[in-house]
Amino acid sequence: MYDTPNTERAVDQKDIKFSAKGVQVYYGDTHAIKDVDVALEDKTVTAFIGPSGCGKSTFLRCLNRMNDTIDICRVEGDILLDGEDIYDKKVDPVQLRAKVGMVFQKPNPFPKSIYDNIAYGPRIHGMAKNKADLDEIVERALRRGAIWDEVKDRLQAPGTGLSGGQQQRLCIARAVATEPEVLLMDEPCSALDPIATAQVEELIDELRTQYSVVIVTHSMQQAARVSQKTAFFHLGNLVEFGETGKIFTNPEDPRTESYITGRIG
Amino acid sequence: MPTLWLFLIVLGVAAAGYVLGRGRALQSVEGDNRKLHSLPSYYGSNVLIKVVVPAFLLMIAWLLIQPIVVGNTISGMIPDRSVDNKGSLGLVMAEVRRTAEGLDNAIAQGLMDEDFVNNARADLADVTQRLKDAGQIVTSEVTQPILNAAQRYRVMNATGNLMMTIAVLVLAVLGALWGLRESHGDFRARNTVEKSIRALLIGAASIAILTTIGIILSLVFNTIEFFRLYPASDFFFGTNWAPSFSGRGGSSDLGVLPLLWGTFYISIVALAVAVPIGLFAAIYLSEYASPKVRSVAKPLLEVLAGIPTIVYGLFALLTVGPLLLKVFGDDGLGIMQAGTAVMTAGLVMGIMLIPFVSSLSDDIINAVPQSMRDGSYGLGATQSETIRQVVLPAALPGIVGAILLAASRAIGETMIVVLGAGAAARLSLNPFEAMTTVTAKIVSQLTGDADFASPEALVAFALGMTLFVITLGLNVFALYIVRKYREQYE
Repeated sequence: MYDTPNTERAVDQKDIKFSAKGVQVYYGDTHAIKDVDVALEDKTVTAFIGPSGCGKSTFLRCLNRMNDTIDICRVEGDILLDGEDIYDKKVDPVQLRAKVGMVFQKPNPFPKSIYDNIAYGPRIHGMAKNKADLDEIVERALRRGAIWDEVKDRLQAPGTGLSGGQQQRLCIARAVATEPEVLLMDEPCSALDPIATAQVEELIDELRTQYSVVIVTHSMQQAARVSQKTAFFHLGNLVEFGETGKIFTNPEDPRTESYITGRIG
Repeated sequence: MPTLWLFLIVLGVAAAGYVLGRGRALQSVEGDNRKLHSLPSYYGSNVLIKVVVPAFLLMIAWLLIQPIVVGNTISGMIPDRSVDNKGSLGLVMAEVRRTAEGLDNAIAQGLMDEDFVNNARADLADVTQRLKDAGQIVTSEVTQPILNAAQRYRVMNATGNLMMTIAVLVLAVLGALWGLRESHGDFRARNTVEKSIRALLIGAASIAILTTIGIILSLVFNTIEFFRLYPASDFFFGTNWAPSFSGRGGSSDLGVLPLLWGTFYISIVALAVAVPIGLFAAIYLSEYASPKVRSVAKPLLEVLAGIPTIVYGLFALLTVGPLLLKVFGDDGLGIMQAGTAVMTAGLVMGIMLIPFVSSLSDDIINAVPQSMRDGSYGLGATQSETIRQVVLPAALPGIVGAILLAASRAIGETMIVVLGAGAAARLSLNPFEAMTTVTAKIVSQLTGDADFASPEALVAFALGMTLFVITLGLNVFALYIVRKYREQYE
């Protein structure tokens, strides 16, 4: 009785971006994701937490079909982006990935100049009419990646020459440059020091105004700091999903409580 | 005693030493392994090393030095008169050795006995006749000085061998005793063995390096010798290659340019075939092929690398040449005179180089981290866009290194050229004409009857040196690029 109006209000405020129903993922014979149902909202940061090997990264990679590049991986169930099944035969995974950008655990700038790293996506998708247009896209992406001031004087320097934190922000800027609707982040701060982590977290918070962001993290403090919604995975199951504040202060499932208090994981 | 037996006896002593050393070490701690400094086998190995190494070193040194010492003594015995008759000391010495061998064999057959052989006043005609009866080759009548020298030669060698046997055996036993004395629980046998292994590895490395230095020095000195006989400027800038084998010096034109041009032309044709095919094969194998296809196709492709180049040469001569002639020859386009041409050799050499380029490039493409590809796919790039714009640029320096290695292989190739490209040294742009390369000419300069001191033969060393400098330069360049590549994704 109490819950019903509450969810309705949430749906009114935010549109559902991704909705997953009965998702199963197999790696060969291993059943990695078991029957996951979840609805991710637009313009929201959703955090996936859980112990190592619980399937949170696997599920994240289902959202932009990155698992297609792994031969033995099999996905069942429905994942809808804006109401369209992304595993439908008509959907081109390449187009999908342009809409659902991804930032990886380890910074992976291409061995190209900073400028070319950012311009890579826009060039592929023909987003710029001319050089000036491309320059503008690059500058906007770098500004949104909060790295413009540090690199504006050396855009032709190799991207691999930046520090770890700068490289990760470059990769975020690179993902932003293709104007995705959703940004998936797979432990984006695991290779970074606390200062770089703080910069990236600040950036995630800013990105929320335009994109829906899904972030996988091992740090519960980070999940609490940056996300509005949190999903807790355990052994391939989605155990609990809800408001971040509620998950961390008043979890419903005993497993969630055990993980948050450090008893499992 | 034959050297083989001595060798086996030393090995036997070493094996006994191993067992004894191991046993003695165990005995010193009353069979309790844990009180030993090292594992028991290390004590055994320590004794073994102390037997084998000094004994064999002495044996090798003795076997190298004895012939020199004996040779010097014997040649001092031979009067100048006999040398004058034969023309040179070397020929006389050869005859002495032959006679000595003949005497040995005659004894073995039972036609002579030791006393008869060692009789300094033996009847020369009788000795000669008996040697001939024994089936030994004796060029002419055995003369007195030669017989005496041969007798002395046999005696000296016999004593030398006996002394060597004794010395080696004594050294082996001494080594065994030394090692056994050390074999007690506190001795750090493990560290000693470790040092010996290091010495062995250093030895192997220095042999490789010293041999290289030796080869280079011999090239350099012979090249200098050649330039003393033939002007360097004519060699490097001459456009005509016409060695004359009839007279000595003067009449030959030994310009290297036509050969270098042939080498480069054929190599370029070969690379034009090998690089695209090899590279595309590598991309398919590393990026598109399923593991099953890859596990079959890659070894199959590498079989190409195992085919001897002479077989490729036959393929060029018997298949590719006639095929090209049919299309471009007088019956076809009429621009090809004979089956042997730059195109024939280049095409076949290109096929030979495909596995080089593909195998090396495949490894390099595989070494590009998966995270690069993920990053590109994550931005919505297709597979070929990813390969073209991310994977290949990242792998490019390594691929260039692979291509340069293939190029130095092409430049050094001989057999395919000999059979496929002909032997005419020519400066021409027509790829359907016969040409030849530096390596093929080195072969033809040295397989004739030319005197080794003539410029016509010595030019081979200058050609070899030129080739060596070029391939060395290419290899250094390739290494430099590969090293630069390593810094790419740091």
